[in-house]
Formats: sequence, structure tokens, C-alpha cells
Amino acid sequence: MEPWPSLKEREKGMASRKISLKLNGCEVSATVEPRLHLADFLRHTLGATGTHLGCEHGVCGACTVNVDGDAIRSCLMFAIQVDGKNVTTIEGIANPDKTLHPIQEAFRKHHGLQCGFCTPGMIITLEAFLKNHPNPTEFEIRKAISGNICRCTGYQPIVAAAMEAATNLKNQGQ
Amino acid sequence: MSVRYIGAEVQRMEDLRLLIGSGRYVDDITRDRMLHVAFVRSEHAHANIKNIDTENAKMLDGVHGVLTYQDITSSFDLKRMGQLFPAPVIEQNITQYPVANEEVCYVGEIVAVVVAENRAIAEDAIEIINVEYDVMPAIIDCRLALEPNAPKAHKNSKDNLVGIIRTSFGEIDKAFKTADHIFRRSFLQHRGGCHAMECRGVVAEHDRSENTLTLWSSTQCPYLVRRSLADYLGENEESIRVIAPDVGGGFGPKAGFYPEEIMVPFLARFYGRPIKWIEDRHEHFVATTTQRDQHWDVEVACNADGLIKGIRGEVTHENGAYVPYGFLLPFTSLTPLPGPYAVPAVDVSLKAVFTNTTPNSPVRGAGRPYAIYAVERLIETISKNLKIDAAEVRRRNFVKEEQMPYATGALLRDGSPVKYDSGNYHSCLDKALVLADHASFKDRQSSARDDGRHIGMGISSYVEDTGLGPYEGTTVRVQPNGKVLVRSGSASQGQGHHTFIAQIVAETLAVSLEDIVFESGDTGKFPHGVGTIGSRIAVNVGPSAYEAANAVKDKAIKLASETLEAAEQDLELSSGKVQVKGVEDLSVSLGDLARTLSPKAGGKVPSGFVPSLEATSYTGSNGSPFASGTNVAEVEVDILTGNVKLINYSVAHDCGTIINPKIVDGQIIGGVVHGIGNALFERMIYSEGGQPLTNTYADYLLPLATEMPNIAIVHEESPSPLNVLGVKGVGEGGTIPATAAVVAAVENALEEFNVEIDYYPINPQHLTELIDG
Repeated sequence: MEPWPSLKEREKGMASRKISLKLNGCEVSATVEPRLHLADFLRHTLGATGTHLGCEHGVCGACTVNVDGDAIRSCLMFAIQVDGKNVTTIEGIANPDKTLHPIQEAFRKHHGLQCGFCTPGMIITLEAFLKNHPNPTEFEIRKAISGNICRCTGYQPIVAAAMEAATNLKNQGQ
Repeated sequence: MSVRYIGAEVQRMEDLRLLIGSGRYVDDITRDRMLHVAFVRSEHAHANIKNIDTENAKMLDGVHGVLTYQDITSSFDLKRMGQLFPAPVIEQNITQYPVANEEVCYVGEIVAVVVAENRAIAEDAIEIINVEYDVMPAIIDCRLALEPNAPKAHKNSKDNLVGIIRTSFGEIDKAFKTADHIFRRSFLQHRGGCHAMECRGVVAEHDRSENTLTLWSSTQCPYLVRRSLADYLGENEESIRVIAPDVGGGFGPKAGFYPEEIMVPFLARFYGRPIKWIEDRHEHFVATTTQRDQHWDVEVACNADGLIKGIRGEVTHENGAYVPYGFLLPFTSLTPLPGPYAVPAVDVSLKAVFTNTTPNSPVRGAGRPYAIYAVERLIETISKNLKIDAAEVRRRNFVKEEQMPYATGALLRDGSPVKYDSGNYHSCLDKALVLADHASFKDRQSSARDDGRHIGMGISSYVEDTGLGPYEGTTVRVQPNGKVLVRSGSASQGQGHHTFIAQIVAETLAVSLEDIVFESGDTGKFPHGVGTIGSRIAVNVGPSAYEAANAVKDKAIKLASETLEAAEQDLELSSGKVQVKGVEDLSVSLGDLARTLSPKAGGKVPSGFVPSLEATSYTGSNGSPFASGTNVAEVEVDILTGNVKLINYSVAHDCGTIINPKIVDGQIIGGVVHGIGNALFERMIYSEGGQPLTNTYADYLLPLATEMPNIAIVHEESPSPLNVLGVKGVGEGGTIPATAAVVAAVENALEEFNVEIDYYPINPQHLTELIDG
């Protein structure tokens, strides 16, 4: 079997690219292999371990982060693709004064998390969704998180939390 | 003032750090000079390994080593893994090698190990390792495993029988001879895998100077991992520290002991460097234990009024390729019989068989959902055939409240009788029916039919033996600053242990919840524990926390009585102090009492006291408290597509005294959704040759938010007389009855087609075939 990458290529070393981005408002630069996906980059290169990997094939949604305003799956995006972009992870969601974001607060109140593993992806998904849909119905929220799998809660407390967060966000004019 | 915390809906103490991304799961742990492992796994369900060519892989930059069974045995006794739960009924106790020695018996079995600078390089190396196999016939379908010419799952075994168990009491022959009716049902049951959102993972570090090993593992049972690893390595148990950090869901399969939990610490010692392995989702489908198939062939004898005289039958249980977890899954498949019903005679036997599939172990509910499903199918059969309302058949057969405690006639493994300690099954049924608006359902159903819609309602009642012993323990220690350290053994995977244990201790010591510092899941911090399985933590840790806190309270009052020169009976605990009843000024703080009991050099421990304001208790439950309840599912079936839509779901649930209503409801809702997943979605399919076919989340369907109904809950509280708190377990009570309720609802919706569902998860294609007859 022909080794891949070939031994010759390996001797040259993996290709690398320099990227710069904003992570949770801070400028970050790094040199990465083109094949490194965004989730591994965030977690293992930058140490932002709040973003979790549940399936690495784009179904479970645990790795969802916000790139330039859109909630995306960081296991399906390469680190080099966020060059020059704004990335927000769960570590950057709380209010500037470090108090919890209304979605985080509502998750706490409604028991919207148990093991906490899917929670960062859920919150990032909902944050982007509620920005564009300030008056959601319960089923619209269920559709919005249908790409985020939770094995613990049965979703109902998450939906309740999102409904309340929507109201609170609207009242705050956010 | 003391605050009532037990029973209060307090917010979870766990949540803040998890909500801001500060949780620490096993893949978040890094150590200096850490290397990474990836495993080469068998591509065949049954084969002999002819040759493993690792030469190219070893030459890759960043690869530190590639090890096969042969490589490892030269320096280390790589034997088969031990049996976690030995039982005499296991006739062929075949466990696996951590790395296969010649024969592989399922897709996913470890064939070789790669150690590299990072995971990506380790996976590059796997791609260029060439394994040659001699493929052998595989047995996949458990129903065929005992046929005379069936392929053998293990080439050197006599047949595919793992063992046989039987639950039998009463006069079964007489029951069937004298009954007015006998009805028979046969069906295949299928339960899926773990699918915690966090896969498994292990980090291990060896301290060469002290010869100690530290493991961080995504496990439900750190003490079981420590014991098993110490036994395997021949090391002192106290030389191994196992830490369960934040664990992203458990659901049963993380309660075992895995090959990776041997290989990663072995390699950490071998290379003298910390090692990490994180299971990826593809591995999880094949390398983490699952539950899969059980076939039931079962008969019920009853009178014309629907009163059950006896239940008999035979069960075939798919065991998978090895026996990693004793006979716990088979045992729990029979012990719930005959459910919440007073049945005078039962005789059901179970044969567990080897198949060339991933080894099996309990998934949320363990065998209980199978047993309850079987009994509930029989209840539905009686209802249909005798044209008696399904709720009424249940009412007539339920154990009555005045019969409690009720001995079913069955025996536990230790020979003691199965005894339902408390409960009101009739009341639970009635409450669930009210919640589901059962009274108006017939009308709603017929008007839906007039609109061309097929809606159905299904009931399922259950009992669950919770609180499996033998013990858990808790230490409560007041620190000099007044904060109360609470340490316990059992690890949490999201069940809110910190919160409910803090509620118990804070109420007993009259301190605030914020004054409780809680630590668990670390064998280095608490010496003994069993594990988070079998809905057992509230029942075992709860009373131990209560007893330990009370012992601390007694000690504090005794010492304060000397300090304040007041009689003990005149003292009370209030707001972190011991005070003369009602007199806040005559008080001494718990922190000061703790200082008095742990003096510095030159000080004196008060006479008659041992140092430290602390106590440890291992008080657990005194037998299994039985939780119970009734679920009602309402569905709509699209007869064109076979799609099943859940409309409403109602639960009446009795887990005794409730410590935290929010956490209890959370367990129930999550558990019900797991059971709905079993009924409608989760299906681990293998090809005839043993290739797993549903090993992505595009193929293996988990319940999603869009498909789940609103789940309404009402509680019955029948305190258990078996523990001081009156609590019963709640972790699995949502799952156990759910599948039967959904299946009954689908049959009810399709009554006019006389559909009899013989398999779950219900497959839309299969359902359309049943509708068409």
C-alpha cells in the first residue's frame, strides 16, 4: 500500500498557513496545517475548550460556534477558513460585565442542561437564531435546535429556556 | 433560622461553570509531554489475524510506536480481561484481550495501537498499517445462534450459549390448565447504544518516582476502573488514582471497564509520558457497549374478567461477542417480572447467546424496559381479545396499596424475596389518565377519524427496583472558615449530585447552599464507592450524606454545649452557628468549632473529642425501593407514509420523597425521550456478515427536538420505608415504560387495520406493510 502522505512528503513536513482572526473580541494569530478543522484549532491550539466535539461529522451540533454572525459547525470548517473573521465561542457569550447572557440565565433557571456537553452548541445556535427571530413560536425554536442533539434533557427544558430568553432579550432591546 | 432545602426547587450548583464553557471534560485535560493514541480496529466480524504490517507506519514522522499483541507480550503479560461481575450461571465466560491475540470476534475489536505526537499523525499511521485476515463465518442474529449449524462466534467454543437463567414461582401448570384464556405474543425488542454526547476518553500519567498511575476517564464508575486496573496490572489499588472529571453523559455503557482503560495507562508507563485517547464517534458505534436485541415468546393465562393467572415464556438475549459485564443485563431483564401486577405464577427463562457484534452491557433501564414491554404487551393483548378497556385490565391486576409491602414470589440473586416496599399504582394510573384527558379520548379519536386522521392512545405501567446496593459513602467536614466540604465517591454525568447532596447537608447543618463545597468522582479524595448505575445515587449517597451531616451536627452541639455552657437539648443550629434556642447572641460559629477541633501547635484538642469537625457515613439503603408509575402516549399515524407523530405524553411518577423537583422532572423527561428513541428511532443494524451499517448520525437516528412531544408530569409521593429520607431512584423510570406506551398508542391508532407490532423501533416502511396486511 502506498503510504499517504508519502514518506517523501512527510519529510518535507506538512504544509502550513498563517491565519489571523478575532476570537471573542481578541486578535489571534497562528500557523496551522490546512487540514486542521476549526474545532480542533479552537480547542487544542488556542485552548478554548468550551467548544465540544460530539460527532465530527456535522450532525450533533455540539461544536457550533459563531462566525461573522452565523452559527456554524466548527467540525465542518477548516481553521484556515476563518482567516480574517470574527469567531465567538461559549467563552465569549456572557455580557461584558461577566454576568450571564439571558440565554445562559434561562438555561440555568429552567434546568436546560444536565451533563453540559451539548450546552455550548445549543446556546450559540439559539443566540444567532434569536437575534434574527425575536418572536419565535415554540416549534420554531424546536426547528432551530433540530441540528443540536441532547441526550440528557429531552429538549423540553431547553425550549422553555429559549422562550423565556426570547422575551427577556426583547425587553432588553438586544 | 434553618432553611428547608429538601424538596425545594433550587437551581443547580453545577450549572454556572458549565454555562460559560468552564467545564473540564476528559479531552480538555492536557499534560506536559503528552502523547496521543489511536487504535487499529478489526474490519471483520469474525476472523483470524494472519499478519500485521506496521513497518511503513513506524517510519512516519511523529509516530513513537506501533504495538500489536505480539509486540506487547514480550514485555507485559497481556491476558484476557477479568470478569467484572462473575456469576455461576455464565457457562462460557469469554472476555476479550485488550489487544486481539489472533482471533477477532466483532468489528471494532482492537488489533493494534499507534502512539504519536498528535491524534492526526496517529490516524495517518493507521491508514498505512496493513492487516491481513482469514475471515470466518459470523453469527449476527441472536434468534439463529443456537441452531445446530449456526456459525460459532468463537472458533474454539462448544456453541454460542453464554448461560441460562429462569425466574419461576407459583403453580404455573395449574394456572395455564385452569385459566379461561391463553394468549401468546412473540416479538423482537431492540434497544440502541449509549450515545452520550461526549464519547469515551482516557488520559493517563505515570509517576516514575512513586510508581503511581493517575487516570482521567469519562466513566460512571471510577472505583470499578481502579479495582479492575489494579487487578489486571497486579498493582496496589492505592497506587492508582482514577478521576472522573466532568462527564458528558453516561447512560450505562460508561459504567464498565474497557480495553482502552488498560492500554492507555499501560502505554503511559511504557513510554514514561502522559497518554491521551479520545474515542471518536465512529469508534463509539463499534467500541462502546450497546444493548441491541432480545426476542420474547411469551404467553399469558387469564380469566374471562382479565385477571391474570400466570405468565410463561422464553427469551433469547443477544450478548454480543464477549461477556464484559457479567449477567447483569439478563438478570435485569427478568427481575422486573411481573411488573406492577399481582400475578400468582410466573415461569420465564432466558438464554443469552454470543453473536459477532459489539459486546453488550446495560443502557439506561438495563433489561427492565424489555421486561416491562413484554408484560405491557400481554396486558394490551388481554384488553384487545376480551374487549376490556386497557386501563381497566391494569386496574384489575395491579398490586393494591393495602398489599404493600408486597412480595411478588420472585427471588433476587442473593435468594431474598422481591418485595415492593410502597406505592399506589391505581392512583398513578388515574392521575396519568386525567393528565392525558383519557376520558374524552374516544370522542377525539372518532372525530379525528372523521377527518381522516388516525390518532391513538397507549398506556404503560411499570415498577423499577432502584437503589442497587451495597453502599455509597459521604464525608462531611466543616472547615475553619465555616464552609462545609462534602466528599462522596460516586461520579456524576449530569444528574445533579452536587445540588441534591448539598440540599441534604445544608438543611441538616443549617448553612446556605453556597457554603457547601462538593467533590466527587475522584478515588484520591474519597476512599470507596460503587458507581452511578441503576438509579442508585439518591438512595445510597442521600442517606449517607444525611447521616454524616447529622453526626457532624451532634458533634458540633456537644462541643458547643461546653463552650456556651448550655445543655445540648437547649441548642440548635442556625445560619452557620450553634446557638441557644432562639437566642442569636448566645452562639458559636461552626467555623470556630472546627478551629477548636483542629488546633495548631501548642493547642489542645478538647477532652473527649477526636480532632476535626467531620464525620463519614456509609449508611445506604436497606433493600431496593421500588419506583413506579404510568405513562400515556398519544400519537398520530400517517397511514400513507407510516410516519408516527407524538402528540402528547403524560407521566404519573412515584419516586418516593422528592429532594429537588426540577432535577426529578429533568430525569423523567430525558428518560422518556430515550424510551421514545427506542420505540421510533434508534436502530443499530448489522449486515448478515457483521458489518455495522448504521454508524453515523445520518443513519442511526437519535430523538431530535422537532419530533419530541410536550411531556406533562404529575407526581405521587409514596415514601420508601427502606431509607431515612424515603427516597427512591429516578434515573431510569422515564425510559422503562416509554417504549411500551408508544407502541400501544400506534396499535390503538391502527385498530381498524388490526396491526400487531412485532418489532421496535417501529420502522415506517414495516408499518405500512402491517397496515396493508
